[in-house]
Amino acid sequence: MSAVIEEHHDHHDHKPTGIGRWLFSTNHKDIGTMYLWFSFTMFFIGGAMALVIRAELFQPGLQFVEPEFFNQMTTLHGLIMVFGVIMPAFVGLANWMVPMMIGAPDMALPRMNNWSFWLLPGAFGILIASLVMSLMGMGSAPNFGWTFYAPLSTTYGPASTDYFIFSVHLMGISSIMGAINIIATIMNMRAPGMTYMKMPIFVWTWFITAYLLIAVMPVLAGAVTMMLTDRNFGTSFFNAAGGGDPVMFQHIFWFFGHPEVYIMILPSFGIISQIVPTFARKKIFGYSSMVYATASIAFLSFIVWAHHMFTTGMPVAGELFFMYATMLIAVPTGVKVFNWVSTMWKGSMTFETPMLFAIAFIFLFTIGGFTGLMLAMTPADFQYHDTYFVVAHFHYVLVTGAAFGIMAGVYFWIPKWTGNMYDETLGKWHFWISTISVNVLFFPMHFVGLAGMPRRIPDYSLQFAEFNAMASVGAFVFGFSQLIFLYNMIKTARGKTSVKATSQVWDGAEGLEWTLPSPAPFHSFTTPPQVK
Amino acid sequence: MMSAEPKPSKGVDDNKKVITRLMFIVIGMFGFGFALVPIYDVFCDITGLNGKTGEQIAAPLNLEIDTSRVVTVEFVASLNETMPWEFQPEVKSVKVNPGQPTKISYYARNKTDSEIIGQAVPSVAPGLAAPYFQKTECFCFTEQTLEAGEEKHMPVIFIVDPELPDNVDVLTLSYTFFIKPGSKAAPMALNKEPKNSKHQEL
Repeated sequence: MSAVIEEHHDHHDHKPTGIGRWLFSTNHKDIGTMYLWFSFTMFFIGGAMALVIRAELFQPGLQFVEPEFFNQMTTLHGLIMVFGVIMPAFVGLANWMVPMMIGAPDMALPRMNNWSFWLLPGAFGILIASLVMSLMGMGSAPNFGWTFYAPLSTTYGPASTDYFIFSVHLMGISSIMGAINIIATIMNMRAPGMTYMKMPIFVWTWFITAYLLIAVMPVLAGAVTMMLTDRNFGTSFFNAAGGGDPVMFQHIFWFFGHPEVYIMILPSFGIISQIVPTFARKKIFGYSSMVYATASIAFLSFIVWAHHMFTTGMPVAGELFFMYATMLIAVPTGVKVFNWVSTMWKGSMTFETPMLFAIAFIFLFTIGGFTGLMLAMTPADFQYHDTYFVVAHFHYVLVTGAAFGIMAGVYFWIPKWTGNMYDETLGKWHFWISTISVNVLFFPMHFVGLAGMPRRIPDYSLQFAEFNAMASVGAFVFGFSQLIFLYNMIKTARGKTSVKATSQVWDGAEGLEWTLPSPAPFHSFTTPPQVK
Repeated sequence: MMSAEPKPSKGVDDNKKVITRLMFIVIGMFGFGFALVPIYDVFCDITGLNGKTGEQIAAPLNLEIDTSRVVTVEFVASLNETMPWEFQPEVKSVKVNPGQPTKISYYARNKTDSEIIGQAVPSVAPGLAAPYFQKTECFCFTEQTLEAGEEKHMPVIFIVDPELPDNVDVLTLSYTFFIKPGSKAAPMALNKEPKNSKHQEL
């Protein structure tokens, strides 16, 4: 193996060319770029599905799509946004930034890195193939919601459910390999002097996220394997007729699902924790409490899953346990929000696009957190369960939380990646249009949810019409404003912006990644830097 | 931690160690997902959650009959939507003294012109009272085979445990009949029909 590494030194700046550069890439930056483009592509595909949903819900009654197709849209929108957008974008950012932040030349396991990326187009190719077949009139795409509850997905699942199962298996393998790679990189590749408690918070949050992935993706794989055997090999894990239990599916699914929602937010916490100190020109407030808060959130995520299932019937003791455990999560999360705000306190703040997104993140994610607390209360949850209030809650934490975090991170780091400053005016336009429209889109959902509008239904009662029309207008503005983002990023990547980035890029930026030239060289740190 | 002089071979060993350990977690958690199945059953058995009733009691328990107390036991019958039988309790409810063995029966008829094997799944509400509902004889303990057009009276003998919490005075015993998975009518009925019929309704 040492011979391979020697060889790397020999061809120091040699970049492979053509399609082979991407197909066979073992370079953390190229793979990171591919992850990010993959995620961006999926973002527009999943977003288009969201617009189909919002177009249908613009007014009561059935306008554009059949209910059967509407179900396929809600299902695939959820699956694509969760597994195809948020998760790959985080892995892409980790690929780009973790080695540079800890002073490593590359990821620890570059070939596995290549494999874990290239499984994704296969996985989503299979999933989207089921939709293509559905559009061609050959059966239905998965139509049971992204949570694929049994028996909807087992006894009543369309034939394409087996495509879905195989696709989830591939995504799971990809995520597990990505996580192993990140843990190995962080444990073994840190520069001399880079102790654990000196690592940037983004690295810490990813370190913890990677452990969550390793712990729960196999459980998801187990759940879909049970579905597979229930559907095709006569087992009865979730079939009451054979002694199984559909409620057990929900337990297994949410044992995966709740840590999964933290997988989708912790790296965003990390990104925000990099951005806020940079633009406040202060060190992060409460570094070690940030680390411990992240670890506590990760731990708590394993003991709260049944708050998704209060209405399945549970003894009062169980409901109380899951209610209190869930509310406990507000404590470490509150610590984080407090630390971000304290970091800004008396800082010399400037408001470039990444900072705007970071501040919007803090504000809007906190709204999503509060509605989460409302949902955590068992008696209240009986009212809110499966309504648009839940939809509003998780879109606040996933769109204005996770996705805004990713956008903030992309604006923050793209000058380092490309050597070019993005177009600040376009960035600000993107920010303001997105932030206003995303609230027009999701805020009214709270009201219709509280009034009882059920989720995943293509039609609704007349009294919900105004708020739904508002939400649909917000959705189209939000959706199309992402084209500004796309245009700005392409323009920056192609070097069509006038300003070149310095190595430090932002004048408050601190950390190893900002000591590398912009654009960052093909191999990050060929000799390990010394960290004091 | 790497030392100041990078030693690539050491790095490779470290990576192998990390991968091995993490793969143990991955495989362990995959197994844990499956282990949740028996854990879930044991948990429900102990707590009586989900209204799952206990196994068959071999001999009638010689419980003291508590004549001071009367509990109403109601009977409900339902069919899984793919099950083409007629199925109903022969009495709607009975009043019993806890400890007293009671016999009632259910009626089932196969409405089709082919043999169907069914499996009844019992459930007791309220769920927390389920552990106090004992059955010494029940058609749910075995599969029931009905020939084309055949009808059957199926007895249930049960005892309500005198330990039943004081706040419970109505128990509901419900049975759902399913086509036995894997029996010849099942795959067609379970996987194909509902989907198509739903599609047409839309």
